[in-house]
Amino acid sequence: MSRFRIDKAVEFVLGLLAIISGGLVLLVVWFLFQGAKPALDSGILLRLFTDEFWQPGSARDPQFALVPMLVASFLVTILATALAVPVGIAGAVFHRFYAPGWIAKWNYRLMELLAGIPSVVLGFWGLMVIVPIVNRFQPPGQSLLAAGLVLALMLLPIVALTSQAALQSVPGEQLQAAAGLGIGRARTVWCIAIPAARGGIGSGILLALARAIGETLVVVMVCGNIAQIPDSIFDPVRPITSTIALEMGYATASHKALLYAAGLVLVILIGLLVGWLSFRRSGDHVAVN
Amino acid sequence: MMRYLPILLACVSLVALSGCGRESEDGQTVVLTGSSTVAPVATDAAKRYEESHPGVRIDVQSGGSSRGIADAMSGLADLGMISRALKPEESELRSHRIAMDGVCVIVNSGNPVSDLTKEQLVDIYTGKVEIWSDLGGGDGEIVVASKAEGRATLEVFLGYTGLDSADIAADVIVGENQHAIKTVAGNVNSIAYVSIGAAASEAAAGTPIKLIACDGVAATTEAVAKGTFPITRPLQVVSHGELKPEAKEFLDFLQSREIDDIIEGHLYVPVPDR
Repeated sequence: MSRFRIDKAVEFVLGLLAIISGGLVLLVVWFLFQGAKPALDSGILLRLFTDEFWQPGSARDPQFALVPMLVASFLVTILATALAVPVGIAGAVFHRFYAPGWIAKWNYRLMELLAGIPSVVLGFWGLMVIVPIVNRFQPPGQSLLAAGLVLALMLLPIVALTSQAALQSVPGEQLQAAAGLGIGRARTVWCIAIPAARGGIGSGILLALARAIGETLVVVMVCGNIAQIPDSIFDPVRPITSTIALEMGYATASHKALLYAAGLVLVILIGLLVGWLSFRRSGDHVAVN
Repeated sequence: MMRYLPILLACVSLVALSGCGRESEDGQTVVLTGSSTVAPVATDAAKRYEESHPGVRIDVQSGGSSRGIADAMSGLADLGMISRALKPEESELRSHRIAMDGVCVIVNSGNPVSDLTKEQLVDIYTGKVEIWSDLGGGDGEIVVASKAEGRATLEVFLGYTGLDSADIAADVIVGENQHAIKTVAGNVNSIAYVSIGAAASEAAAGTPIKLIACDGVAATTEAVAKGTFPITRPLQVVSHGELKPEAKEFLDFLQSREIDDIIEGHLYVPVPDR
């Protein structure tokens, strides 16, 4: 075949795969919408935002408050990301600029190992180790704090590995120019390397955020699963993902439609978040990672 | 061409290996879905049954009693597994009891309390009593663990205590039996309710939990068998309409004496009268 024809064929196949990937996302949203329709039709939509408790199975007083769970999803995500991002970036900086070779190599491998630990294993570990520790400060132990801590462990390798790759790709000439100007190592890192790498670091943070919102198994084991707006970091919470995981398998038809509606709200939120962050970042003229 | 050899080999072996696995010769499959309490028994029974009936394949999936009911009604499963009695609105289905189980209350083994009355349980779970010293225990706030909505264990507990799910003031909500057991094992002030089978086997294995007597009756499988334990539930298999012959045969097998040792191995109680 002529090179032109081959190129056209490749373009077609790549385009098809890309469209299929994008289309799958839309298919998932449509599927959620179809599943949620019975709940939306029955006029429950307003109650999702005005009720006080989540008691869909109660015979006496069924309530369908989604707001405490939305708040919980938000809080757990923010807490975990706030814990993981500084530690991850610090680790990456240490790895790139300060660590002797053998420490750097083994640290990298440990990070990759941490990335590979299944979430359910980490969740059980959190239940057996982290929860009793938190419980000593304030019962019941299964809480927003525990969920944030264990989830941060899941996010840590994502942030660390992407930041490390971003720092690695800072052009050597910039670092050499800094050395030539007599700028110390710390200031080089803080004022030159990190800003140059902020595109890759930003991608890492975005990945971590998306992972944090959606991560279910780790959180459901240690968050306490009480649907309430927490007064303190030691209160149990229930993110939307936990509710779906706990109840979907056992739900009656109308309950299931509610869970689909909750899932739909979550997906819309994630979509808005990703859209907003992408919109903001497209304003930066960062180096292509 | 040689560059693609590893990938080609991988594809070919995947296709070849897809032919392996438990295939039945004439494609007869019996599907059971439902309660995660009944599923382990059904799985072991299925293995034993397949050894003596090589033409048949039994597929067991969990997903909760509600799934068992739904799949049996819609025909997605030949038989549904449930860990409770049928409700009046489910009268289209026929139930077949295969074992009994109890729902017992567990506390940490470091907790001095070892029996509770129904009223005390209700007080604990509605939040009226908040510290263990009010019940003869040590200092410490009671950490109440309850099961998530839709679980059969929750419904049995609610049936026994007469509460509605809106009345329960829990500190922690758990999903599986294991989640509840690990919660209680890790917290000396915690209380939860789980299936007797799961609790007894964990306690026997050394997990620091203790099964509490309810209204004076110790929580043992003997008490469930004798019928003296107050919180029991039937482990059943449900069917809708006419069953195909393979499913009917497996159902008879499940109700026979041949799987009593499997039921006892999982610490449930074989149904005595049949």
